[in-house]
Amino acid sequence: MTTMDRPIPADPSDAHHDAPYNASRGSLAADVLNWATTVDHKKIGVMYLFAVLFMFFLGGMAALAVRLELLEPVRTTVNAAGQTVITGQLFGADPENIQAGNQTYNRLFTLHGAIMVFMFIVPSIPASLGNFFLPIMIGAKDVAFPKLNLLSWYIYVIGSIFGVLSIIGGGVDTGWTFYTPYSTTTDADHWRVVFMVLAAFILGFSSILTGLNFIVTVHKLRAPGMGWFDMPLFIWGLYATSIIQVLATPVIGITLLLLVFERIFHVGIFDPGLGGDPVLYQHFFWFYSHPVVYVMILPGMGIVSELIAVHSRKHIFGYKAIAFSSLGIAGVSFLVWGHHMFTAMGTLASTLFSALTFLVAIPTAIKVFNWIATLYKGSIAINTPMLYAMAFLFLFSIGGLTGLPLGALATDLHLHDTYYVVAHFHYVMMGGTVIAFMGGLHHWWPKMFGRMYNEKWGMIGCAIVFIGFNITFISQFLLGMNGMPRRYASYVDEFQMLHQISTFGSWVLLVGFLIHLFNFIYSLIAGPKAPPNPWGGLTLEWETESPPIEHNFHHEPLIKHGPYDFELVVPPHCDAREFPLPVPAPPKPGPEVIK
Amino acid sequence: MTAINTDKPVGESAGRKQMPWERYVQGHHWRNAEDEFDAAKFGMWLFLSTEILLFAGIFVGYAIMRMLHPQAFSNGSHYLDVRWGGLNTVVLLISSWTVAMAVRAAQLNQQKWLRVNLIITLICAIAFFSIKLGLEYIPKWSVGKRPGALFNYPFASDPYEPMWWSIYYTATGIHALHVLVGAGLLTWVLVRSFKGIYGPKNYAMVETSGLYWHLVDLIWIFLFPLLYLIH
Ligand code: HEM
Ligand SMILES: [Cu+2]
Repeated sequence: MTTMDRPIPADPSDAHHDAPYNASRGSLAADVLNWATTVDHKKIGVMYLFAVLFMFFLGGMAALAVRLELLEPVRTTVNAAGQTVITGQLFGADPENIQAGNQTYNRLFTLHGAIMVFMFIVPSIPASLGNFFLPIMIGAKDVAFPKLNLLSWYIYVIGSIFGVLSIIGGGVDTGWTFYTPYSTTTDADHWRVVFMVLAAFILGFSSILTGLNFIVTVHKLRAPGMGWFDMPLFIWGLYATSIIQVLATPVIGITLLLLVFERIFHVGIFDPGLGGDPVLYQHFFWFYSHPVVYVMILPGMGIVSELIAVHSRKHIFGYKAIAFSSLGIAGVSFLVWGHHMFTAMGTLASTLFSALTFLVAIPTAIKVFNWIATLYKGSIAINTPMLYAMAFLFLFSIGGLTGLPLGALATDLHLHDTYYVVAHFHYVMMGGTVIAFMGGLHHWWPKMFGRMYNEKWGMIGCAIVFIGFNITFISQFLLGMNGMPRRYASYVDEFQMLHQISTFGSWVLLVGFLIHLFNFIYSLIAGPKAPPNPWGGLTLEWETESPPIEHNFHHEPLIKHGPYDFELVVPPHCDAREFPLPVPAPPKPGPEVIK
Repeated sequence: MTAINTDKPVGESAGRKQMPWERYVQGHHWRNAEDEFDAAKFGMWLFLSTEILLFAGIFVGYAIMRMLHPQAFSNGSHYLDVRWGGLNTVVLLISSWTVAMAVRAAQLNQQKWLRVNLIITLICAIAFFSIKLGLEYIPKWSVGKRPGALFNYPFASDPYEPMWWSIYYTATGIHALHVLVGAGLLTWVLVRSFKGIYGPKNYAMVETSGLYWHLVDLIWIFLFPLLYLIH
């Protein structure tokens, strides 16, 4: 991509602006201060990246503990000496009291769910990769409101601190959904539930501010010449995500606030004893939390669009279809929340919500077909980002398709609240979002940190994650279909085999992620220096240095071609011999015209 | 585009000291001051939409609880004094007018009127809050008209009146919180206006906090009939 030579007026006081954004400021103290007060979207993105990865680690530890607990069913038996023995409880076991261990189990899975949803997956892609790349990919120097961006980071930190305090205070056993009336009555004499709910409430503000910032940035800061349909599809994904964040999050805000009022002042809006309605809570909750599942997946879909186009060197198939289906998903996502409460609604409402739920599958499928069509006849590079994109296609398709039996009333009656639901949402959230996140992280890692990772180990890690993931969760589909309910520490003996397979899979997953972790650490310490454009990408981030300079570009970029015109231009900083333009096919002889 | 960044300011050549707003330059990542201004307004509108959705949750709660307990809600609105609610409505409407005038004054560089209008707006905010607290909350709370389980008003004629008070205190309480936040914002603007920071070239902050104040007003315009007028 060529830039027009329109020099930015030199500002002698900012000599460091041509240095890499992450250049050291001399001493450690100066660096810490600089990062803690930075309004640079790139630094904020990197801080978010490490924060969400840390949360992913914490949530992952809780998940491993949950799986470990499920290795064996909990049993009480009377031994030869006539004593009652409890077996199969690993955490919080008390030989006198079977409830104690089960309580611990409830806290563990709540911990896992709450951390993963509120602190990891919702901010994951938008706040880290989004913050770093959204301004660069539209040719801007920063997001529209840089200080607000920093504020949103600190709000995220404060929210997470509330969550951690709640965990230190003993943890919460409500499930990440905080369903009333249980959540308003459990641990009544303790503040930890309030703290966890407040954590989710505060994190919501961080999410709103990020979304708001992105929307305004996309509207107002695109580089000259970049029309809406010249934007990379990752930006479209982030844009649609931001709309949902802005419109849905306030509803969870007021819901959680009412929950806190309920616990502290006993206002009774969700309490049937005082004339309230506990199902109202579920409606409020899912009015946010269904759209928010698309907050999780849309950025992932955006990443996959980039990965597939760049690493198969083909113009993305159906650009507008992908862009508009993001908006379509964002729109429809507000109309389907009822499918989480089919068992608590009248027939008419259930039928309508079921029909609307099926509607979501259409824009989703449009995307999947477009990605596959893009791969067709592309020159596919086999590397870690591409492997992750393929894994995404495979796993997300399973996740999406298994949503349909849940959206159908007759089958959902059987599957509701079973492991089938657990497997479904892990296929979309982990198989979709996390896999896309990993792919995007590998794709943009050289740009963010200026160093390459080891490709071979990246691919090995990806393969192990893929295999481990399927072992862990295919077994859960089977468990659910056979009737294993979710959120229990114990089960009948028939289920043990499948539970053990699933737990084994969780260890394989751990190995896969550890390989990535070591690969990234190796890269930061000793990875080879990354060229500005290792993949031959055409979007603007590949035009600047790796890592980018403080102001992103030396000159304000002027857009002269689309983000996926691989057939038309040699990528910036690339050798035309390495990235040859395709030779146009010789014109076919036209069909004979029959008179 | 029109941002002044030259060594020879306009004001000085006219023989007077240059005002801070005249020296205003947009943030370094903006192409021109208009874009920055539009973005600030757009951002505030987006934020206002989140506020509306937040209150939408309360309105839905109101509608459903009213549907479940019509008698309690009818009794409830009779407990409220329309005169105080009405007075507060008038107070907020006046303040909306003055905050709009403040924006106008900033655009026209009428520094004195900018401050006067902001001060009147803040007085209205205080008036609203005092009426709410002194004439409504405290007298009601002290006779036991309290939300949910805290309720102990001996003369209730419907068992679900506590629910009415829950909705009443939640809705007006969160609204009052917004009045406080809005007043805080406007105070900040007022303080800075004394330094001459706002003027025709820099009034985004006045405009956006004014927008926020209008929203606070607007929400009340919905709360007032729902709580005080519908019996
Ligand atoms: C084709 C698209 C999809 C359809 C038709 C669909 C349908 C459903 C239905 C009907 C349920 C409720 C099942 C029950 O509780 O009985 C459900 C649960 C769930 N889905 Fe999906 N889904 C789709 C995509 C997604 C995506 C993309 C995500 C997230 C990235 C997601 C995340 C979840 C979660 C988290 C739950 C369960 C939450 C809980 O109860 O804890 N779904 N899905
Ligand atoms: Cu849903």
